[in-house]
Amino acid sequence: MIRWIIIAVLAIGITGTAFWGYQEHQEKNAVLIQAENTYQRSFHELSYHVDLLHDKIGAALAMNSGQRLSPQMVDIWRLTSEALSNVGQLPLGLLPFNKTEEFLSNIGDFTYRTAVRNLDDEPLSDKETNSFEALYKQSGDIKEELRQVQHVVLDNNLRWMDVQLALANGEEQVDNTIVDGFKTVEKTVEGYSESNVDSPIIGTSSQEHTYKGITGNKISEEEVLEKGKKILDVKDANKLNVTRSGDGADVPTYSISYKDDRKSAYMDITEQGGHPITVLVKRPIKDKQISLNEGMEKAQNYLAEYDFKDMDLFQSSQYDNIGVYSFLYSQDGVRVYSDALEIKVALDTGDILGFTARNYLMNHTERDIPSPTLTEDEAKQAVNQNVEIQESFLAVIDNDLGEEVLTYEFLGVMGNETYRIFINAMDGREEKVEKLDGAEANYAMNS
Amino acid sequence: MKYKKFLFFIMIPILCITLQASNPESSQAFSSQVIQQGAVGEDVIELQSRLQYLGFYNGKIDGVFGWGTYWGLRNFQYEFGMEIDGIAGQSTKEKLVQASNYDEQYVKEQINQGNKFTHYGGTDNKNQSDQGGGGSATEDNASTSVNVPQGYSQNDIQLMANAVYGEARGEPYVGQVAVAAVILNRVESPTFPNNASGVIFEPRAFTAVADGQIWLTPNETAREAVLDAINGWDPTGNALYYFNPDTATSSWIWTRPQIKKIGKHIYCK
Repeated sequence: MIRWIIIAVLAIGITGTAFWGYQEHQEKNAVLIQAENTYQRSFHELSYHVDLLHDKIGAALAMNSGQRLSPQMVDIWRLTSEALSNVGQLPLGLLPFNKTEEFLSNIGDFTYRTAVRNLDDEPLSDKETNSFEALYKQSGDIKEELRQVQHVVLDNNLRWMDVQLALANGEEQVDNTIVDGFKTVEKTVEGYSESNVDSPIIGTSSQEHTYKGITGNKISEEEVLEKGKKILDVKDANKLNVTRSGDGADVPTYSISYKDDRKSAYMDITEQGGHPITVLVKRPIKDKQISLNEGMEKAQNYLAEYDFKDMDLFQSSQYDNIGVYSFLYSQDGVRVYSDALEIKVALDTGDILGFTARNYLMNHTERDIPSPTLTEDEAKQAVNQNVEIQESFLAVIDNDLGEEVLTYEFLGVMGNETYRIFINAMDGREEKVEKLDGAEANYAMNS
Repeated sequence: MKYKKFLFFIMIPILCITLQASNPESSQAFSSQVIQQGAVGEDVIELQSRLQYLGFYNGKIDGVFGWGTYWGLRNFQYEFGMEIDGIAGQSTKEKLVQASNYDEQYVKEQINQGNKFTHYGGTDNKNQSDQGGGGSATEDNASTSVNVPQGYSQNDIQLMANAVYGEARGEPYVGQVAVAAVILNRVESPTFPNNASGVIFEPRAFTAVADGQIWLTPNETAREAVLDAINGWDPTGNALYYFNPDTATSSWIWTRPQIKKIGKHIYCK
């Protein structure tokens, strides 16, 4: 009797487990399929967008009037951004797929730049037409390759999840068509990138140039240690750990780090001239003793001590018991946005917790600033009439094309919002409009 | 004798307390600090309340000296014939105290109860408070808003802090700033998605995302590191990639030009 009961119970148990396992399996599959679908969607969208992109560029090449061309360029620009976001969603993180992304971004830059200017007054130059034609050809080739991959994927019912697994396990021996296909695409683009270097598209980003603000002679390791002791406020040089930057660095630097029970500290200093680029000190901050305003004075003293002249406070913010200040270089009353540096002050003792001069060292130089051809009142005419202008400055900013331009900067109010508006001081073009925020309800606190 | 001394010591604090109580005006006025844009705290709440009392400030009394407060203060300085600098220094504060009333108890009560309220002069307080704001009482009378860097929301910062914590919680502080800086460098770079969540969730980009460690609760340090990175600190020198040489599985990553090593991670272009 008892035997039969045990058998029955076990049988029920086994059936139950089997049923549960089956359900789990089903659920897992559902999730896998869901993920797979997302990848598939991105991939097919990418292929579609590149297809369309190619067609649109082709059409644009045939167009003549600026009136038609501008909207077309905008359309292409939109498509490149869609295609880029598709690429970003594919599990290709560790594949060297950046050339294709770069290519898409090049088209984007090019079309944006041409779309925003008045093509009737300033039609495409020969050089630009040439680059555009080159881009057309490249997009054609990429389209072909992608179609090829797409075809294989559909034909053989390939799954992106397998790519994911193959990449995750590092299984090179697996013949993975998708991975190989994309490697081919990448190769195709790579072939072009060399020839494209000369075109005006690349290097428009203001970030990509050598450091202009670094001057002086190479410093020795002893000098590095001296500076480190002083800036990080450490007495014993033996406790400082110094390393040199590798080949990939934009500018050769020494990195100094320090750690004890109370604080950890780190700084980068350039080999040439010994300019500190980054300083970061981390320690527990006690109760606030000094105001944001006094903290600013500490920051200004620090700048004076390290010989940064003509730096104007641009922004100050308090985060808990830390004050963060941003300064702009001001040349004869014109503030230069790219020559910025930031300082972080502990509001308990007034110590400097951080300093960064990367932008300043990258861009700073004595500029030849022209005098504006427009008067301030003329420039104000270019501002939306609904904005009530409260403050104005002269400023040098990087415009959309990455060139430095002299502008009138207006701070104005419309409704309850504050706007920062830059009007080109030469031709009255509205270079940039920015809505300023900077504070947000503290959700963590109100919840 | 001993007894007398004891009494004396007891008397001092009592005396102080009575002194303070008998002079309620001074306890209501500002502390001695100069208040400037970006400041947070009780003085800012008082400043906003007083400006609103006079009709110069129409925003929310939240204890963060933002643009609205700045323009309100400048307009106040203009109307009262003072130097217009948008900074609440000694003379400005004195003028404000003279010209306005500050019902500290009312304002604090409203803030603590999470109500929507205003503090205009000449209006009964009862009509200025919208009860049932729903917020729970908070422990301190601090600001109800926080500063956020231009262009970022608290959610962005939170998401990045999650990623930084998941990726680098065992790293020194500067290593955490570095990871946050890499995320931001990728946002800037044309070869990566151009927003923080896109970069973070790019499949296979971060191991912490792949194995779910991103959903651990980040600590304050990770958050501070993210704020530093957003505010401009980049200890990596424009790195786009980093890897742990002990655990890296991809041989491709070794071909990238290396910039430096911070903590356990090697940063490269």
